[in-house]
Amino acid sequence: MFIINCPYCGDRDQTEFSCHGEAHIPRPTETKKMTDEEWGEYVFFRTNPKGYHRERWLHDHGCRRWFNALRHTVTDEFVASYKIEDPRPPIPDNGGQS
Amino acid sequence: MTQTHRLLEGGLVDRSKPLTFTFDGMTYTGYQGDTLASALLANGVRLLGRSFKYHRPRGLIAAGSEEPNALMQLETGPYTEPNTRATCVELYDGLVAKSQNRWPSLGFDVGAANSLVARFLPAGFYYKTFMWPASMWMTYEKYIRKAAGLGVSPTENDPDVYHGTYAHCDVLVIGAGPAGLAAATAAASGGARVMVLDENNTPGGALLGTSNNAASLEFIKRSEQALEQHENVQLLTRTTATGYYDYNYITALEKVTDHMGPGNGGKSPRQRFWKIRAKQVVVAAGSIERPLVFADNDRPGVMLANAVGTYINRYGVLPGNDVVVFTNNDSAYQVALDAAENGGVVTVVDTRPSVSSSLKTQLEQKNIKLFQGHAITSVQGAKGVESVRVMKLSADGDSVQGQAWEIDCSVVASSGGWTPSCHMVSQSGGKLKYIESIAAFVPDESRLKKTSPNISAGSCNGSFDTATCIQQGARAGLDAATRCGFDGAAASGDSFQVNEIPLGTISPLWLVPTTHPVGEGRSKHFHDFQNDVTAADIQLAAREGFVSVEHLKRYTTTGMATDQGKTSNLNALAIMANIQGVSIPEVGTTTFRPPYTPLTLGAVGGQESRELFIQERQTPMHEWHVDNGAEFEDVGDWKRSWYYPQAGEDMHSAVQRETLAVRESVGMLDASTLGKIDIQGKDAVKLIEMVYTNNWQKLAIGSCRYGLMLNEHGMIFDDGVTTRLAENHYHMTTTTGGAARVMGWLEEWLQTEWPEWEVYCTSVTEQWAVMAINGPKARELLQDITDIDVSKDAFPFMTMREGKVAGVPARVYRISFTGELAYEVNVPARYGKHLIEALAAAGKKYDLCPYGTEAMHVLRAEKGFIIVGQDTDGTVTPQDMDMDWIVSKTKEEYLGNRSQARIDTQRAARPQLIGLLTEDPTVVLPEGAHIVSEVSDAPPMPTIGHVTSSYMSPNVGRSIALALLQDGINRKGDVVTLRLMNGEVHKATVSDTVFVDAEGVRVRG
Repeated sequence: MFIINCPYCGDRDQTEFSCHGEAHIPRPTETKKMTDEEWGEYVFFRTNPKGYHRERWLHDHGCRRWFNALRHTVTDEFVASYKIEDPRPPIPDNGGQS
Repeated sequence: MTQTHRLLEGGLVDRSKPLTFTFDGMTYTGYQGDTLASALLANGVRLLGRSFKYHRPRGLIAAGSEEPNALMQLETGPYTEPNTRATCVELYDGLVAKSQNRWPSLGFDVGAANSLVARFLPAGFYYKTFMWPASMWMTYEKYIRKAAGLGVSPTENDPDVYHGTYAHCDVLVIGAGPAGLAAATAAASGGARVMVLDENNTPGGALLGTSNNAASLEFIKRSEQALEQHENVQLLTRTTATGYYDYNYITALEKVTDHMGPGNGGKSPRQRFWKIRAKQVVVAAGSIERPLVFADNDRPGVMLANAVGTYINRYGVLPGNDVVVFTNNDSAYQVALDAAENGGVVTVVDTRPSVSSSLKTQLEQKNIKLFQGHAITSVQGAKGVESVRVMKLSADGDSVQGQAWEIDCSVVASSGGWTPSCHMVSQSGGKLKYIESIAAFVPDESRLKKTSPNISAGSCNGSFDTATCIQQGARAGLDAATRCGFDGAAASGDSFQVNEIPLGTISPLWLVPTTHPVGEGRSKHFHDFQNDVTAADIQLAAREGFVSVEHLKRYTTTGMATDQGKTSNLNALAIMANIQGVSIPEVGTTTFRPPYTPLTLGAVGGQESRELFIQERQTPMHEWHVDNGAEFEDVGDWKRSWYYPQAGEDMHSAVQRETLAVRESVGMLDASTLGKIDIQGKDAVKLIEMVYTNNWQKLAIGSCRYGLMLNEHGMIFDDGVTTRLAENHYHMTTTTGGAARVMGWLEEWLQTEWPEWEVYCTSVTEQWAVMAINGPKARELLQDITDIDVSKDAFPFMTMREGKVAGVPARVYRISFTGELAYEVNVPARYGKHLIEALAAAGKKYDLCPYGTEAMHVLRAEKGFIIVGQDTDGTVTPQDMDMDWIVSKTKEEYLGNRSQARIDTQRAARPQLIGLLTEDPTVVLPEGAHIVSEVSDAPPMPTIGHVTSSYMSPNVGRSIALALLQDGINRKGDVVTLRLMNGEVHKATVSDTVFVDAEGVRVRG
């Protein structure tokens, strides 16, 4: 049960949020010109790293705002959470230990 | 019966308050302050249960929550609870307990025959023996479950009330022994919010079982007083920390009124489940003594040394007059002294070749005989210890030699050292490290400072003398408070005199040899008492290659009983390490899992049970439906009217009547539960164009249009009608179950992909009450109660008009889910009941018939209208539904567009929606029935489709069905075969999906 920092509301309990997978995958434009492979890459393929992961979170039972977070998938440490329009925070170089 | 083993004085029991209780039908007396275990022991009751697999007689081993043997069926009827540990049940007057796992009686147990065939019941026995043939498993299982297994579950509803509660604190201290009390006192001194949890009914921990009670009790009292001075401190007794999760989220079970007996708790809940979020955690959970693993070490009367000490010092019970203390370390010597001090005849058997002269002197002063470098090689006494045999150990400890001494005794107090309780730290994700000097694992330095900051202190950290425990606790408490931003007082800690002998130099002897090799002969070396696992089982596991600790655990079931191996895990690891010739840390540990001790489902559920389990949603007209005899159906969280049976009607006849009435006169349906979303803003139409497959740019103000939503995989996920209310203002409807999902879908895209668009979405599902009026007389009925011009030309199909209905403001949508002339009247929710009453009154002369969701389903199926989630399942495209007409060929972009051209969505022989007309018109196919290409006597059969909707249609005059069939659209007119689960085979003709008014004349009437 994590404590997650909503960039709009502050620290809240995990039960207020839902996770929606990898962040920074923009919807392609001119999709009709894409090959099946390119479209499949967008729809189906994700990085699923063991380590730091930028992912989308929704504060469902709160402000209902979407935001991104940088989380370590092994330690579950949240390094940063940031608004959709914010620049990506850097990945720490300590290998995920905290 | 008299309390034959009760000491005349001493202990924390109140001899002026006798309590009566029964065990297996016999009546006994104990005292206030007893546990069920100590009271039974005081009465000389040693045989308390039968073991899990071999049905061997078993007695008490421990005095605390680690007890593996003394599991009781507590109380009767709805209050009965299986597998309660007698050591954790506080005695109350009238308590009723029964032993478990025996038949017909505890003294004479038929299942004990298992013991005679024990060599045929090795580890993995069930897996090996009952695997084949697989079909027989169901037969075997019944008998295995009966033969194994412990207590029985109650068959009646639980009458007790349980609560769940949340708490936050700066410093959470787990355990209120000397370390925990010192930690809490230090943390509280600077003003931090502190919570302290302890499973006992009083703080003090191990101190409660020490022989100099006066000084210990004064320390406990001092600490309690110090804590009471701080408003921010909460000390919870009878409260066990059961789980330690990420970010210092700790669950705990508080037994609020268990100790009062069933039904005596008044208005308090029976138990309270705490969910605590702490900034810092101090783990002061103590340690658990390990039994020595020697031949027949499970006889009733073989106990942990500290348990014997605790029964003497805390409960005033001498478990037996003749005590043999069997140890590999110094700590048990205190128990020998305490037993002798209280009149016991004591012998000490120490596996170490020599012990310190000071220990020897102390024993001599009490006339205690000492065997050095010796071991117990056998225990005599079927239903209780009668004597032990002692022989000299070889120098390497692998064998015994020389003369065997027979010592008469009724109690063996064994100590194989102490295992720090690392459960909490391990659950939190912390790692453990092995310390040779104490022959045990302790928490490694925390690697989880961010997600689970904690500090261990006291004996759970490997420090076994009280003074060090207090110092460590005080230090840890201060550190924790400091990290939370509080200045604490200097943490020196308290000090006082305790009669204790520290661990000393432990000399591990993980498996005590006997006169024959382990596993041969009839004697057994138990390490896991509750699951009946012996050293021989570990040897077998090793021989068969199950050497990894995780395999060892599952193959032998070591540590998998309700005690989770509190007394057994380390012994098992060490025995395996010896077999393999590796070190204990190389074998490794399994991860500890919550809960620390068993907890009731009632407590976990808390108040969210029964009618509060799921909160119902009711429409504004709900009361009217109840008054008019509706049966209800759950749709999501909503209660929807299902049908309205009249006198003498069953569901079928009610639904048939309602379905006919809609097509013959007029019916009304409460449609308030449909999702409704108000969409405004200058870019509103851009959003709607993106989420639906069809074109919306040219929709006129006041007009309605049906839309399908796809996910990016190209699969249908919702549908509904959206109406343009004004230039930049739309009213979207969704399925009842999909309302929240669609709202989330719109918000997701707006926030993450198109934040620059000016669109505002608001859920208005609960703001509008909706009645759908359907049928040829719908216009006449509406005409009577509205000021809107409802004439055919003024108010055409698929438009919306605003005005008054029944005197209240309304939006009326001329849309239809039945294929009949229909209006959906929307009024502000507060007028919902008024609207339905007005309609019912005005409808009398038109034979208005209220209908429910079941008739709605039949009516829409007669028209081939799909229900998303019933006729679709997340793998269905618009083309599969024969709805290519709704997919725009001109729009550049909409969600799921590119997936329409994927190879998979384009392939031939995809399942497609068709109608089915059974050969026998009276047969209503079950939904889910498979269409097969070949029929055989038993599955598997090649399946080419399945029925999604199926009803008896009174309007068509026969059964109708919708189905998904491979290449179905090209198969219309074909006859297909359906094979039902019960073996019936039916033929059906593939048809169009529209069974009534295929030209669509009625809806435009």
